[in-house]
Amino acid sequence: MKKIVNNPTHVVEEMIEGYIKAHPNHVRQLPENDRSLVTVNKTRDNKVGVLVGGGSGHEPGFLGYVGSGMADGVAIGNIFASPSPDPIIEVTKAIDKGAGVVYLYGNYAGDIMNFGMAAEMADLEEDIEVGISVVNDDVASAPKAEQEKRRGIAGEFFVFKTAGAAADFGYNLEDVVRVANKTNANMRSMGVGISPCYLPQTGEPSFLIGENEMEIGLGHHGEPGIEKVPMGTADEIAERLVNEILEDMDIPSGEDVAVLVNGLGATPKMEMYIIFRKVEAMLTEKGINIYRSYVGDYITSLEMGGCSVTLLKLDDELKKAIDHPVNCPEFVQQ
Amino acid sequence: MEITSIDYKEFLQNVVEMVEKEKDYFCELDRKIGDGDHGITMSIGWQAIQDKLQNELLEETDLAKISVVTGKTFLSAVGSSVGPLYATGFMRGAKVVKGKDTFTSDDLKDFWVAFAHGIQERGLAQVGDKTMIDTLIPFSNELEANYSKTNNFHQAFEQALVAAEEGMESTKDIVSRLGRSSRLGERSLGFQDPGATSVFYILRTFMETVERNNK
Repeated sequence: MKKIVNNPTHVVEEMIEGYIKAHPNHVRQLPENDRSLVTVNKTRDNKVGVLVGGGSGHEPGFLGYVGSGMADGVAIGNIFASPSPDPIIEVTKAIDKGAGVVYLYGNYAGDIMNFGMAAEMADLEEDIEVGISVVNDDVASAPKAEQEKRRGIAGEFFVFKTAGAAADFGYNLEDVVRVANKTNANMRSMGVGISPCYLPQTGEPSFLIGENEMEIGLGHHGEPGIEKVPMGTADEIAERLVNEILEDMDIPSGEDVAVLVNGLGATPKMEMYIIFRKVEAMLTEKGINIYRSYVGDYITSLEMGGCSVTLLKLDDELKKAIDHPVNCPEFVQQ
Repeated sequence: MEITSIDYKEFLQNVVEMVEKEKDYFCELDRKIGDGDHGITMSIGWQAIQDKLQNELLEETDLAKISVVTGKTFLSAVGSSVGPLYATGFMRGAKVVKGKDTFTSDDLKDFWVAFAHGIQERGLAQVGDKTMIDTLIPFSNELEANYSKTNNFHQAFEQALVAAEEGMESTKDIVSRLGRSSRLGERSLGFQDPGATSVFYILRTFMETVERNNK
């Protein structure tokens, strides 16, 4: 597998160096920990700090979402591995403006432990109140009866978006967490993988798949999905993903939704729009109104091929949060 | 039996070398049921520990200090899920030997039992969940039971390693319930858990170090 790198062991450090040099008007690195980036914006006192994080390899997630209207800081882990508590604590201290900090991350054993330890330390050692919202939008990763086991995938973007807006509106910590949790509860995702990613350090494919196969429900670290099936057309894929989502979460006719078609890294936008075309047709046929759409690479998995569909049901509060302007290096919404 | 701080650091250094040798195998196991990076994660963590062994810990004789630095260094370097787990194990072990520079047989037994229980409390896994706990709990149960009968640490640890190995191998027949591989359901059957494997290798490395130094 060819990769444009210098040394596979230094990819995360060198990416961060490049990122901060590319976006000095948006982010800065904390001197205490080089895996800690925070916004350069002067955030006002008593605004809840929004901290996102997770492993590397999901770019533009998660560092790309530090900026006005979204996150105030990010803790960056190794490839596909949760950050340790150290960078989380440093970011927490840097972005706390007296109203506490909310941690937003996906439902993975490592993230739960590291962010959990950091939250305890922030409370005990720094006297900073921390709220937590864990994203678990992936329908494929566990049955509905065990929903709390589901992993977080592309829907994390929507949670960053709405919680970031809520913090900007001046909501207190409890309400920012409530908006994040409401977003998570009203959202479902389902993905498909058609080609693996390759970890820089091993050069090995994250999973094996035949030329004419695709994997339904593939995880965004290359975790095997629920089923390998013959490669389908874009319309067939969109149908399968949307139907699985709607089976899991009823969206009555007349409801408003936000739609995210997320690429996993190697899928061209052309193909994502072909998927979106069918998603739109299906929702319209069911009388579901698309309030806002996002199509592109929002949370990726290195060079994995495939995409996911996320549907988020919107009430008035979430619509206002979704509409809120954002200015981040990797995501701008007017 | 007595284990000095020099022996203990040698054990840690031997783990560093074992991990470098086995990291591809750990990755290979992980690719079957996870994201394929377990060997890399272990390598990143133990390389960071090696750096401490060669610098900050070079003259250190306090066993608790060595253990705490080992745990914290591993955690800072890797994060992930193994970071908090091993960090908790080494830090709980450190409590047993506060202010000491030599392990007695009792200390050694207490250290490894605390290590295993610390990891279980942090990760909340049970035996049968297809995790490193499937190696660690049979290991620590056997260590405690055997040691209380024989008062012979070497013999008890040897028997505990047998239990650990059986526990490790039992993960082949378990459907994952925790961690990333839990989302695989039935498809995780037949594959040995990488975390259960690497912790067995660490325990075995301890035995090998002890045997070499007590000849």
